[in-house]
Amino acid sequence: MLRLERRPQNSRTMMYLSPVFALALTLAAGVVLFSIMRVDPAEALYAFFIEPLTTTYGITELGVKATPLILIGVALAIGFRASVWNIGAEGQLTLGAIAGGGVGLALYEVEGFWVLPLMLAAAIAGGMAWAAIPAFLRTRFNANEILVSLMLTYVATLLLSYLVHGPWRDPGGFNFPESRVFHDAATLPIIVDGSRLHLGFALALFVVVATWVMISRTLIGFQVRVIGSAPRAGQYAGFSQNAIIWLTLLFGGACAGLAGVVEVAGPIGQLLPSISPGYGFTAIIVAFVGRLHPLGVLLAGLLMALSYLGGENAQISLNLPLAVTGVFQGLLLFMLLACDVLIRYRIRLRTRSAT
Amino acid sequence: MSNRHSTDHQEQDRQTSVEEERAINGHATTTPLLALSGITKSFPGTLANDHVDFDVAPGEIHALLGENGAGKSTLVKIIYGILKADAGQIAWKGEPVVIDSPNTARRFGIAMVFQHFSLFDALTVVENIALGMDEPGDMAALEARIEQVSHSYGLPLHPRRHVHSLSVGERQRIEIVRCLLQEPSLLVMDEPTSVLTPQEVEKLFETLRRLSDEGMSILYISHKLDEIRALCHRATILRLGRRVADAVPSEETSRSLAAMMMGEELQGEARPPTATVGEVRLRVSHLSLPAADEFGVDLKDVSFEVRGGEILGIAGVAGNGQNELTDALSGERPSVSPGTIVIDETECGLKGPDARRALGLCCVPEQRLGHGAVPDMSLAENSYLTAHHRMGLTRHGIMRSDARDTFADRVIDSFRVKCNGHQSQASSLSGGNLQKFIVGREISQDPGVVVVSQPTWGVDAGSAAAIQSELIKLAEAGSAVLVISQDLDELMQISNRIAAICAGALSEVIGIEQATVEGMGLMMGGASLEDTHAEA
Amino acid sequence: MSLEILVATILTIITAATPLVFAATGELITEKAGVLNLGVEGMMLTGAVTGFATVFFIDNAVLACLAAMAAGMLTALIFAFLVLGLQASQVATGLALTIFGIGLSALLGQNMVGIAYAGLPKLYIPFVSDLPVLGPLLFNHDALVYLSLALPLAVAWFLYRTRAGLILRAVGDSHDAAHAIGYPVIAIRYMATLFGGAMAGLAGAYLSLSYSPMWVENMSAGRGWIALALVVFGTWRPWRVFLGAYLFGGITILQLHAQAFGIAVASQFMSMLPYIATIVVLVLISRDPTRIRLNAPACIGKPFHPAA
Repeated sequence: MLRLERRPQNSRTMMYLSPVFALALTLAAGVVLFSIMRVDPAEALYAFFIEPLTTTYGITELGVKATPLILIGVALAIGFRASVWNIGAEGQLTLGAIAGGGVGLALYEVEGFWVLPLMLAAAIAGGMAWAAIPAFLRTRFNANEILVSLMLTYVATLLLSYLVHGPWRDPGGFNFPESRVFHDAATLPIIVDGSRLHLGFALALFVVVATWVMISRTLIGFQVRVIGSAPRAGQYAGFSQNAIIWLTLLFGGACAGLAGVVEVAGPIGQLLPSISPGYGFTAIIVAFVGRLHPLGVLLAGLLMALSYLGGENAQISLNLPLAVTGVFQGLLLFMLLACDVLIRYRIRLRTRSAT
Repeated sequence: MSNRHSTDHQEQDRQTSVEEERAINGHATTTPLLALSGITKSFPGTLANDHVDFDVAPGEIHALLGENGAGKSTLVKIIYGILKADAGQIAWKGEPVVIDSPNTARRFGIAMVFQHFSLFDALTVVENIALGMDEPGDMAALEARIEQVSHSYGLPLHPRRHVHSLSVGERQRIEIVRCLLQEPSLLVMDEPTSVLTPQEVEKLFETLRRLSDEGMSILYISHKLDEIRALCHRATILRLGRRVADAVPSEETSRSLAAMMMGEELQGEARPPTATVGEVRLRVSHLSLPAADEFGVDLKDVSFEVRGGEILGIAGVAGNGQNELTDALSGERPSVSPGTIVIDETECGLKGPDARRALGLCCVPEQRLGHGAVPDMSLAENSYLTAHHRMGLTRHGIMRSDARDTFADRVIDSFRVKCNGHQSQASSLSGGNLQKFIVGREISQDPGVVVVSQPTWGVDAGSAAAIQSELIKLAEAGSAVLVISQDLDELMQISNRIAAICAGALSEVIGIEQATVEGMGLMMGGASLEDTHAEA
Repeated sequence: MSLEILVATILTIITAATPLVFAATGELITEKAGVLNLGVEGMMLTGAVTGFATVFFIDNAVLACLAAMAAGMLTALIFAFLVLGLQASQVATGLALTIFGIGLSALLGQNMVGIAYAGLPKLYIPFVSDLPVLGPLLFNHDALVYLSLALPLAVAWFLYRTRAGLILRAVGDSHDAAHAIGYPVIAIRYMATLFGGAMAGLAGAYLSLSYSPMWVENMSAGRGWIALALVVFGTWRPWRVFLGAYLFGGITILQLHAQAFGIAVASQFMSMLPYIATIVVLVLISRDPTRIRLNAPACIGKPFHPAA
């Protein structure tokens, strides 16, 4: 039998090794999964994790997919550090897309360099407004932010569905539930010619660096970490838990809203009933796999983006169902949480105990 | 269904009375009820018990005496089957036995009253007691038995009350009644008096003596010498996990017992310093604060002053508003008007911890891990926690990590905190070392007023002495020091003036020369100063 | 409103409430033992797809329900192993379970999308089922509906009338005290978590076999999360949770009948109602922290590692 023995001090080595172990275990589980599905595991893993990276276009696509994951993942990581469980990033993303996209549609065919910044600002405001609801209900009424933010995700999706089926439907779109395609001034500039990699990726990198400085170097970042780890100690030091709840949720909403608008004003180019394959939820995995650290989130975001690309690639080349991606992502988080036991505990063989 | 249970009970009763007879016979032929030999138990980094031998005779009140950390609690957990010894034998009524779980222990007839009660706040008294019994039977019948047993031993209890609405003393009664209902032959009590007033202690002792007279053996764990001398027939003394001596407490003096318990560490008793008292640095006037929730205590019209150069002690039984008072003073719970709390002539009743610290009030809360320090953070970051403002460790919102580390090093050095440097995680330190660090962190900020709650609770003797002497030094240097403690002996040693808190109200403050243990005991029970004189 | 419409309305309320009763009551037991499993949605979906696959391949409704329960328990077992065996964060692991369950059910169900099933057989009781009004209202349901009515009764009896229930509550109130007295905290929590998984699986089976008898990806549509909110709404009491489930059932069917009443609101807004109602209800219950503190199991979500 195995026995857990508390380490006197958390292991930093294991902190960094755990995601590596988890990835290895997930790949091993993948081999089993593909064998059950009667697919050659080597071929499938190649299609999933290597093939998408063999072309320049593939690498830029990785950046496209990683952009929303990194943006949201960084913000969620800060929230999770403070034990603020914003699970509704998907809804905040949707609101960002609605607000930003709404500005784009309202200014349809209006030219001007200011259109795009206005869209981004509107999206940030939209995401923040959506996140302010759980923040207000948590700080004022003690309502659990997990459930509130999650319920708002369903509301946001239905709102978007209403808009593209009704008032914002493209008049020339043969009754398809889609908005007009954004004109050029309302579309994010491409930063690598011949690809879809847009300015949003650069924005995401900026957010990573800014957040890194914030969390590790500033008093505010310190407050976030203390409140998350020991709320009473934070109170004792004079830090306000409510302020941190507001801060982390609003930051989460802002980043998710931004992610929403860079999706619709970037690769999608219009509003659709479904604008995200669950980036807001996958970002939760990204945050954990990235060790709740901005740089880690950057790497984890790229990894998770690869799983999306790989899923699409494997669907085309091996006819594998797209759902495999979701299973992989869920498995990776399970494995990571399991491996994280090594940070705080040593695993020992149970010695025979004398009486 | 209830029929079957009641027959079970009768059978159980018969069986226990037979056991009792055997126990009494055993007394005559001196076969020990419980005998331990060579018990050894190690934890990573420490040897908690090192080949401990001792025995308990039937009907005897046997003391297990030792300092915090001497291995007493580990030993009783082994006896009760919560922990498993690495080596050694346990014999019960002369037969070697294996006690692998509390259930087994209870089957043998061992019952235990824990230091930290094993009670369930959300459940009723009768539910709590039923959980501690192997065959509780019908609940209504159990309620009747609880009423009967609790009254006949002078431990009155209402079976249907919820535990969260009971006082600490009443909670302990539940534990004792739970044990008595099992009619055990051995009752183990782990530090039972730390939560009681001296008067409650006397009542408890009467009950215990009566149980002993009826033939029950009692294993009594404590570090309080007077209690052991007053109550116990024999004592086994533990130091650093080893049995170092046996004694008949009534034939020893407190000092000789202390010498055995503490070995060479024994120091002369600290005397109250002759304070040169200065200006009032902390004034609390008519501080009333309703409890944060119904588990807490309301503070009722608390008023006192602490002058520079003196130590004011506030005694009291746990759960009488000490935590609420600490939170109100530190600013974690602001009060209702600015004038209630005045630091160096500045009103700050509405201000938060930050602002009060800026005015010179530093505070050490009772709970070290999770309140006074963040368990998962390093000592360096923990020093930043409260010192970032007074010590100038932040510039333009950015942490100055060099200055922070230097400050942490200074605290670690000057307070002799045993650790692996400022990168050590707070949770990796022993209780005493972490307490030295926290007290050191606050004292090093050059505070005008220090509020310390339970400074030496669960701290080893060496660290406790160091912390106490630092507090005295701080007062001598002109700061106002307020010590809130459950340990009356400690307060009598270090305070210049002393008061007691009971149910959220503070007694009169008296000079230490007027204070007696008996008088303080009555005040801790809510009596006024005049009452204590009347009784005396 | 005619009698037929009223009967039809009540019937839809029952069908909408039944899966919530199962999932929320299961989670209630899990939480009473001190474990917060946020993965109800994932367990429900896994149960739904397993149940549907079983009737698809074997065509046996009883086996389908059992298989769905087993699937729910299996996913709950993964959760329990991580949080109880390996001390992982309950919140994070519950989220992982949801994400995993969504992915796994989509993968398992990929070849069954769009296939219809006749639905669970209604239990026909001669004579009484044919009664007007009362017959369809009370005596013409499938077995799961009756089971969902018995469930709160059984759970309330278990929690408040049996010793095992007392021990379960004790473990949720203070795992340290329970451990000190000698109760196997971890084992009890495993069982409570597995029961929660079985009930979530059964809730899923009701969705895919009776509520809308087919398999659609993500068909639970947040009901697992609503079930979690219902446990809070019911302040951890079986009958209040049951009541809450029926309240939600009522709100859910409002959207179906809105058009019938001539309310001209876009269907999307009507569909938002259950989610908004969940938020409103959470706020109403949570704003009194003392009430939550007095009723919530004190150890909920806290890891337990017996001191060496």
